[in-house]
Amino acid sequence: MTETRLDDGDPEFPVVGAGLDTATISPATPGAVTVADLPDGIDLVHETGLELKSRSQWAYARRRFFRHRLAMVSLVVLAVILLAGVFAPLITPYSFAAQDFAHSGQAPTFKAHHYFGTDVLGRDYFSRVVYGIRTSAKVALIVMLVSTIVGTIIGAVAGYYTGWIDNVLMRFTDLILTLPGLAVLLTAAAFLGTGNPIRVAFILAFLFWTGLARIVRGSFLSLREKEYVEAAKAAGSGDLRIMFRHMLPNAVGPIVVNATLIVGIAILTEAALSFLGFGIQPPNPSLGKLIADGEDVSSTMWWLVTFPGLTIVLIVLCINFIGDGLRDALDPTQRRTRA
Amino acid sequence: MVTYIVRRLLYSIPVLFAASALIFFSVHVAGDPLATLKQNPLASRQTIHNIEKRNHLNDPITTQYAYWLKEAVTNKFGSPLLQPGTKIWDDLKRVIPHTLQLVVLAEVLALLVGVAIGVYSAVRQYSIFDYAATTFSFLGFAMPVFWLALMLQILFTNIFLKWHVRIFYTSGLSSQNPGGGIHFWIDRLQHLAIPAMTLMLLSIAQYSRFMRASMLEVINSDYVRTARAKGLPERKVTLKHALRNALIPVVTVSALNFGALIGGAVITESIFQLDGMGPYFLGALLNQDAYVVMAWLMVTATAVVAFNLIADVLYGYIDPRIRYD
Repeated sequence: MTETRLDDGDPEFPVVGAGLDTATISPATPGAVTVADLPDGIDLVHETGLELKSRSQWAYARRRFFRHRLAMVSLVVLAVILLAGVFAPLITPYSFAAQDFAHSGQAPTFKAHHYFGTDVLGRDYFSRVVYGIRTSAKVALIVMLVSTIVGTIIGAVAGYYTGWIDNVLMRFTDLILTLPGLAVLLTAAAFLGTGNPIRVAFILAFLFWTGLARIVRGSFLSLREKEYVEAAKAAGSGDLRIMFRHMLPNAVGPIVVNATLIVGIAILTEAALSFLGFGIQPPNPSLGKLIADGEDVSSTMWWLVTFPGLTIVLIVLCINFIGDGLRDALDPTQRRTRA
Repeated sequence: MVTYIVRRLLYSIPVLFAASALIFFSVHVAGDPLATLKQNPLASRQTIHNIEKRNHLNDPITTQYAYWLKEAVTNKFGSPLLQPGTKIWDDLKRVIPHTLQLVVLAEVLALLVGVAIGVYSAVRQYSIFDYAATTFSFLGFAMPVFWLALMLQILFTNIFLKWHVRIFYTSGLSSQNPGGGIHFWIDRLQHLAIPAMTLMLLSIAQYSRFMRASMLEVINSDYVRTARAKGLPERKVTLKHALRNALIPVVTVSALNFGALIGGAVITESIFQLDGMGPYFLGALLNQDAYVVMAWLMVTATAVVAFNLIADVLYGYIDPRIRYD
């Protein structure tokens, strides 16, 4: 072998960051190495007086995420949009149901603060869109929480116990994946009744846990073979404690990424359901319903369809970029091709 | 290979059986299928009684399921609950070809465009084209389908209103007098073009990402380096050695997509009023005709199962590393 491995302690090739034996980082040349470049676990504090915090895995993930420029910009934009939804009564010029008869069917204008125009009844579409964000966000948040909890529990149980429990749970998951998603949602909505955002959210959550259950099962299948699980078993820990105290923290990366992406899918699906008339019902404003309201007059009053739709695109785009950043941050081994 | 296909076909039977039970019991748990009809003052007690008798609605639910299953297998789903004179299968026979025309057109074009974009992005990684394609696909993933459909409809309606040029029609499947032969099909294409564009966008976004990823993986493999080393022109390396292997995952994904779209183009079809599977389903939901809904769900579930099987078989056929026994 002529190839020289750089990290096996060859004194001629000292490598920064190769491990504890990087003897060349001496206190005498403090300018050569910045604190951020030092790997975890090197303790120079006592020798040099440099302030060096030891960082956990989480701290590293956080740093990687904050350096992901697109994800950070998306986070800020999303925060602005969501805050607008939360403080809707404070920032909207009109209430979502108020009618301005003097300006009905008005194209977008700064006059009288109709930034997104008004509909045939003179309702201000900017105000309606901001209130719609509120409803969409509420639905998406509930969907995320419920489907993440259900998916994690089912995946964890299937992956930890394996055998027939795994078989039954996974065949059930496959079965739900066989059914066309939107059609099942529409059927559920048509026969169970709709209108209430919380009920719509639970109907959506019923379908969305399947993907996560498969992911969690996959990581639990490999984690259960790890030594620390064996150690915990030997120490007498119960199954629940091993699953949720020892194994879950090691599977949390994909779960977080998946939860983020579910928010985007939930917003898109809720909009589609409401658009078809099977989702949120008036008087609750929702982005999908706003687009449906503008459908009939779409060829002349284009703004009624355009602005609620652009809002959805912007929200989902931000969420997907954040999800992308989280994936890169939490799972550096699976770094996808992105400069 | 043949034994594998036969085994998978046999395995599909219990899956479809379970799906039928899930569909039947969840629709029935959701509520009395005649609830709306009973509130209708125009429906006489005799009518309701007849429907209950014909569909055995007063029997225990497991017996009802057995009757429904028998009707589905022997009589092609039988009649709708609320219109005993008609046959569900006649309606399905009308709408399925319409949906297939749309889905085939959209998916074939999307596959061609998506693969081309993906290959070029991978070959010119980190170029302006690559970034543009990435941005485009992120936009595609973030866009509600129904919104895109409406925006395209607005665009082409306004083109027609302003310049009086009819490039594409914005609703329906055919004009009033489409003519015969080739004229009929040209007219049909003009009607299907915008709905197909709508469906294509998301598929192109998906395929181009998949293609890019698998192409990047293949380009860095040993046999591609060998092909270059022996002096083949770059074009030949890309198209003959790399592309053919990189296509494998995309072909599988597109087969799965195809099955899902048979029942998954509901929104697009209903916005453009295409008389396909989607509008038929929505009509049944608005009427609350549980028997039509269940038949529709069974057909789409069968399509998904069938295309899953096709995807697996295709995978084994085009990838020599995979052998089923």
